This record gives sequence, C-alpha cells and structure tokens, in this order.
Amino acid sequence: MVPLSWYIILSAVVFSIGVIGFLTRRNLIMTFMSIELMLNSVNISFVAFSHYLQSMRGQIIVFFVIAVAAAETAIGLAIIIAYYKNNPTIKVDEINLLKG
Amino acid sequence: MTAPQLFFAYFAVMITVLSLLMITRRNPVHGVLWMLVLFVHIAGLYIFLNAEFLAAIQIIVYAGAILVLFLFVIMLLNLKKEETVKKFQKHWLVGVGTGIIFAVFSVSIVRKIEVFPQLGKYTIEAVKAEGNIMTVGKVLYTKYLLPFEIASVILLVAIIGAVVLAKKRIE
Repeated sequence: MVPLSWYIILSAVVFSIGVIGFLTRRNLIMTFMSIELMLNSVNISFVAFSHYLQSMRGQIIVFFVIAVAAAETAIGLAIIIAYYKNNPTIKVDEINLLKG
Repeated sequence: MTAPQLFFAYFAVMITVLSLLMITRRNPVHGVLWMLVLFVHIAGLYIFLNAEFLAAIQIIVYAGAILVLFLFVIMLLNLKKEETVKKFQKHWLVGVGTGIIFAVFSVSIVRKIEVFPQLGKYTIEAVKAEGNIMTVGKVLYTKYLLPFEIASVILLVAIIGAVVLAKKRIE
C-alpha cells in the first residue's frame, strides 16, 4: 500500500517546480504552462485524498478545477494574442506598461 | 518495495523529471510536447487511484484541448526570434530560491500526513459495484448540481471572452 503522504509530497514538489517555472521564465506562454502544472499538482493531491478518505468530493472538485483551467487558458491566451497585436513581444520583463 | 510502491515510484520520478524538463525547454513547442507526456503520466496516476473518469478527462481535456490551444497560439505568434535570446529572467535566482524554500516548507509540513478517521461510504468495492463514472455522475448531478451549472456559465464566459479579446478591431 502506498502511503498517502507520498502523493502529497509528489504534489508539493511538482507545485514548487511550477512556482519556479512561473517566477523564472521570460516567455509568457511558458509562464502559462507553469500555471497549468501547478493546477495539475493540486489535482493529484485532491484525487489522492479522495481515494484515501473514500469520498467522492475530491474527484468532483478536480472536475471543476479542470473546467476552470480550460476557461482560464482560453481567456489567458486570448489576452496574450490581444497584447501581441499592440506590442509584438511576449517577454514578461519587457511588458512593463504599468510601471510608473 | 511492493509492486504498487514500485509503480508509484516510476510515476513520481517520471512526473518530477518531466515537469523539470517542461519548464527548462527554450522552445515552447518542446515544452508543450513534454507536457503532453507529463499529462499522460498524471492520467496513469489517476487510474492507479481508482479515478478512471478523471483519467479520461485528463487525456481528453488537457492533452486534447488545452495543449492544442497552446500549440495554436505559439503558431499564431511566430516566435522565431524569441528563441535566440536568453530564456530566464534577470532575477531567476530569486525565483529558484523561492521555489526551493516553498518546497522544503511544504514537504516538511505534509511529510507525516495521515488519513483522518471518519471514512466516507465510497469504498473501492462500492465504487467497483457501480462503476466509477456512474458514481461520479450520481454525486455530480444531485449534491453538486448548482456548482455544475455554474461551471457551464464559466465556460460560456470563457467562450465569449476569448472571442471578444482575440477578434480584429473594426475601424
């Protein structure tokens, strides 16, 4: 039997990798993919808890997380395209219009 | 190690390695392709946890829809010149430090986690007798009907928002 904590540790490690990717990459699309990675790591822990607590709630929440992630990706990529039309760059450190 | 533990170890190592590969690729297309393999492994982990429905959803929605969306946007943006410049930000050390501190803290917190008492009624046998999809469907359409409808509204907002944001401005 695999202990529950192994799943949660895996989830925490993958989430941290997602955080590192989000904070370090210059490419806006890679930043977005890091967000997807973080959402997936949380999904792993939800499903693991659902299995070990013998409850369906975790799987239902993962279902909603996937729906929201799909919506978030569609909106975010549309924002990237809209931004790219005005300023042709997707490097996050060159997107500084709001800098005073 | 028993067979389930070996199985889990394979998936855990592959998921960690693939996510590291994903965030370090210079070309976003390579990152998306590594992410595809990563999602297939996560779906395998879901099957291991008796969540067949979510494994199918993971493949269909993430690998089938979201990654294709990413590939389409990479294709639309034409990022040839972005590949030659450096791929990490100036303050990348701060980011890596933050991530490592976060990992150490969260792992040290969750290392000893145990299942609390008060187990639910969906044991493996109960789910197996009915089928995973039917069990999920019954819970989703009775207890979680309102969140389910709200999710459909969120998807509608996403459709309209994507169209409005990405359409050409009419002069």
